[in-house]
Amino acid sequence: MRLFSWRFIRVWQRNRDVFFRLWHSESPGFIAEPIIILLAMGLGLGAYVGLVDGQRYIEFIAPGLIVGYAMFSANFECTYGSFIRMEYQKTFDAIIATPLSIDDVTAGEIFWGATRAVLTGCVMLVVAAVFQLVHSPWALLIPIVCFLEGMLFASIALFFTSIVPSIYSFNYYFSLFITPMFFFSGVFFPLSSFPEIVQKLSWIVPLTPVVYLTRAVINGEFQLNLLWALALIISLTVLFFSISLVTMRRRLTT
Amino acid sequence: MAIIKTRNLAKKFGDLVAVDDVNLEIEEGECFGLLGPNGAGKTSLIRMITAVSPPTSGDIQVLDGDLRSHSRQVKAVLGVVPQLDNLDPDLTVVQNLMTFGRYFDIPKAEARQRSIELLRLFQLEDRCNSRIRELSGGMRRRLLIARGLINLPRIVVLDEPTIGLDPQAKYLVWHKLVELKSQGVTRLLCTQNMEEASTLCDRVAVMHQGKIMSLDTPAKLISKYVGNKIWEIELDSEEKGRIVNELEGRGLDFEIVGDKVHIFHVESGESLSGLVDSSAKLRRRSATLEDVFFRLTGRSLAE
Repeated sequence: MRLFSWRFIRVWQRNRDVFFRLWHSESPGFIAEPIIILLAMGLGLGAYVGLVDGQRYIEFIAPGLIVGYAMFSANFECTYGSFIRMEYQKTFDAIIATPLSIDDVTAGEIFWGATRAVLTGCVMLVVAAVFQLVHSPWALLIPIVCFLEGMLFASIALFFTSIVPSIYSFNYYFSLFITPMFFFSGVFFPLSSFPEIVQKLSWIVPLTPVVYLTRAVINGEFQLNLLWALALIISLTVLFFSISLVTMRRRLTT
Repeated sequence: MAIIKTRNLAKKFGDLVAVDDVNLEIEEGECFGLLGPNGAGKTSLIRMITAVSPPTSGDIQVLDGDLRSHSRQVKAVLGVVPQLDNLDPDLTVVQNLMTFGRYFDIPKAEARQRSIELLRLFQLEDRCNSRIRELSGGMRRRLLIARGLINLPRIVVLDEPTIGLDPQAKYLVWHKLVELKSQGVTRLLCTQNMEEASTLCDRVAVMHQGKIMSLDTPAKLISKYVGNKIWEIELDSEEKGRIVNELEGRGLDFEIVGDKVHIFHVESGESLSGLVDSSAKLRRRSATLEDVFFRLTGRSLAE
């Protein structure tokens, strides 16, 4: 299999330039909404929630919200964002007439999606720190977790984008995959409150290991299980990244 | 020296044969025209030559190398002006050029300088910071052409570059294309504008149903297929049969077009004497590439 070249950075730079020109129109999604959720759920709902180990509810949900919204950023970027660039604006057609290849475009889109996850994760981490919800200097690793997470979800999202017939297909992706995953990956309640079968299933959905990893990092509590979570994230990323290279090539080659 | 060479080149989309066994040699520095009706396969052909669409079969050599194995190096010296506008609507006019320059690894300062020069050349300099959607159709087309020149290409491939342009802008583009000749730039021009082809092109290939029907200089195509002068006779319905019989009897090359008959390859009016009662019905005009086009590709709609 051919691999993408360093030239993917040109696609990344193009997306970065556009983002920093228009970031204020994106900010409600990746700044305002997560803060509102954190406060409403954490303080509002949290007043009625008693956790077994005496942890405050807002502290419990903070790590999951950080990576949850980072995941949404990568997903929106590589579904709606990439689809509009590919189908409506024909941006990719213009790019592949230059020394860049389709593989470079694919890699550039995925790396940019991951960058969006890191940006959102950093904003959320600062917000969490302001509310004194971060208890370990290991939390400085969160941007790296968000990057890995972003690579994973950007790859899955771009794979989906490369096979859908229309922009409306993303309703399926978000309603049937992303949103349920957001609720069943241990962000809002511990997985131990589910029947065993659901607990096992939730380990298949890729957000679960990310939430697990983040919770460990933000509290500075490390266990061997983390290596499994990390291995799962990386292998799913390699898998979907490779598939995206193939399906994007198929989509853009005429 | 041939800078672009294709051998038995074909492109199929399922059962549809878009390009059928095309053998071309385009010389370095020439302006090569590709003429043909809609659906003739022109766009499919140039998409293969510009390495964005893989051939179904056959070979393409560009700059002495196989296109498949060194497409990046070829694309680096290629300027492509596509038929469909794919300017980047998320960026301003000048950012479109500079971002494109970056795809070609042109250093930022140089990309900026070239962008400004190109915008001046195509009279867009006061639109530097406009959004793409604020531009008129003609401005977008000029910007699209400017973008194709940002990497100082050795080969420029243009697909219908002046479509939708007003005459002023059209001459501006033609002037630039002629100027590129003096810099030794090879130009491959896909067009349906016959005037454009005869004005700009050193050689023209007429394409029809995926095949190259004929290839030569515009003047030679005209003299070969229609002769330099064309005689037209306006036909009355009662006279039509007699005139056609007469033309056939004299062994002349003619074609009936609506209520007129076009007679080709006739230099002097003597061979037409006695065909019509009044000379007012007989008209002589210069032949154009359009006449060649109709002879080679027919008059019915291809699609």
